[in-house]
Amino acid sequence: MSSTHLIMSAPLPLPPIPAWRRGLRRSLGHRGLVLGSVILGLIALAALFAPWLAPHDPYAQEVTQRMIPPAWYAKGSWEHLLGTDKLGRDYLSRLLYGARVSLFIGLATALISGLIGTTMGVLAGYYGGRVDAVVSYIITTRLALPVVLVALATAALVGGSLKVVIVLLGLLLWDRFAIVTRSATQQLRDAEFIAAAKALGASTPYILLRELLPNLMSALTVVATLEMAHAILLEATLSFLGLGVQPPTPSWGLMVAEGKAYMFFQPWVIVIPGVVLAVLVLGINLVGDGLRDVTAPDGRN
Amino acid sequence: MLTYIVRRLLVGLSVMLTVAVVSFMLLHLSGDLATAIAGPESTAADVEKVRVQYGLDRPITLQFADWLGAALQLDFGRSFYFQNTVMELIGERLPVTLKLGGVALLLAVVVAIPLGVLAAIYRDSWVDRLSLLVAVVGQAMPNFWFALTLILVFSVGLKWLPVAGNTSWQHFVLPAIALGYYAMPSLMRLTRAGMLDVLGSDYIRTARAKGLSPARVVFKHALRNAIIPVMALAAVELGFMLGGSVVIESVYSMQGLGQLAWDSISRNDYPVVQAVVLIIAVFYIGLTFVADVLNAALDPRMRTR
Repeated sequence: MSSTHLIMSAPLPLPPIPAWRRGLRRSLGHRGLVLGSVILGLIALAALFAPWLAPHDPYAQEVTQRMIPPAWYAKGSWEHLLGTDKLGRDYLSRLLYGARVSLFIGLATALISGLIGTTMGVLAGYYGGRVDAVVSYIITTRLALPVVLVALATAALVGGSLKVVIVLLGLLLWDRFAIVTRSATQQLRDAEFIAAAKALGASTPYILLRELLPNLMSALTVVATLEMAHAILLEATLSFLGLGVQPPTPSWGLMVAEGKAYMFFQPWVIVIPGVVLAVLVLGINLVGDGLRDVTAPDGRN
Repeated sequence: MLTYIVRRLLVGLSVMLTVAVVSFMLLHLSGDLATAIAGPESTAADVEKVRVQYGLDRPITLQFADWLGAALQLDFGRSFYFQNTVMELIGERLPVTLKLGGVALLLAVVVAIPLGVLAAIYRDSWVDRLSLLVAVVGQAMPNFWFALTLILVFSVGLKWLPVAGNTSWQHFVLPAIALGYYAMPSLMRLTRAGMLDVLGSDYIRTARAKGLSPARVVFKHALRNAIIPVMALAAVELGFMLGGSVVIESVYSMQGLGQLAWDSISRNDYPVVQAVVLIIAVFYIGLTFVADVLNAALDPRMRTR
């Protein structure tokens, strides 16, 4: 059998599907991921274009227009689609601007905690031994601290503000980043490509940043989305308890707190910001869970 | 096994010590305590008086040594606000929080395990989907908001249960649901995953082949093995719930440990805040210790880690 015959009889090789398209196809096939991305995308757009979308100034108080119910109530008006709060501020406008606060806090916290946690996790996983023992100990200690209480106590001393919330949550929520990157690094530490880089004389920072880190990216993205959701919920909690974002900044948690006194007669004042908050967190969680399924199809459950 | 337990115990104790240092430092380094205690309208002289009166002018290491030495004997000093000692206040409030956490955990387990088992047996059926939906939605709702919504529906709307307080068992129903709902999803998912694992194993096939009834296979053979990690997770979740009860207690005005911490934070009553943080951490460490031992008893490989 000649070699030409072998080539001729072989089926025509299909052009390989590029990795990104395979990824995209798999992502679009994942219902949760698509739904989550749509939710997150819409809220992100609302946050981005809040100044153009908001029908009113979110800070403008109108004494004669207090506690107007949303448009679908008999006493509602189309002027204020979602009604007004106890100071006569337009609820829809405050919601739109509130999306900025939530998303910004989520992103900033994930960035800070991601930096701290990844550094600790990678060092622990790569070096092992004593470094690992120290990092594991720090993780254990951090987990033993009650997050809400510690954040509340510190915020009370320093004074609550957007900046304080971000720094506090960033310093508190790195544990999952550290745990995940630590075990992922342990698995990759002895991989051939790392040994190859070592053999080529690459420096340790080069190996960690250019060889190891890119391989942790999918795991990191998943943790980052979940921590973002966590941070958004905690910000709302702190603001609800009065030690997070301060008035008059429109934070969804703060809106629930401000509406609490009126909820028995006007339930919509707490229902609206709460639902929006839950939908945002749901969207982020769906994206996170979906990414985990898509990037690691074997470990679905 | 014994060496494992001893080692875990030592780690737990040293973590406790570190948490003590952290909770002490946190309050002493994040602001000037004397200024905070004296209040915003005080003069510089007042602040100095407070500093001396509360011993805040001494070196920080000395203050810490004193505090820790007393804390080891369960003496956390006197409250700045009440005349009582911190231990009296905590002794009064702790039972409420423990009861709340206990009932919440019980509710979570009672719902999570059957749901997880059903989801595993009828995999990909509507039960499985529904339980996943309940879990995903549950994890997305802010807990203070869920708590308020429960009040709106069951206290204001249906008038079944009281709005706030902690004087009767009815007062504990809504808070326990609100708190337990957050522990439920992870317990349910773990039950489901564990059951799927076990149901696919050889010994279950053997049990089935022997002709045992399906119920007997599921409950006697499978669940018994799947449940230990769930119990371990439940212990850890209880630790988290005790820490998170501050939010629920504040919504329902329950006079528990969380509410005490929250009130003390707003009253600058630092001895109480420090003590509560430490006590909750001690509970958490104790509970994770139980979880680790449970897991190690089940899986000998864990012991060498």
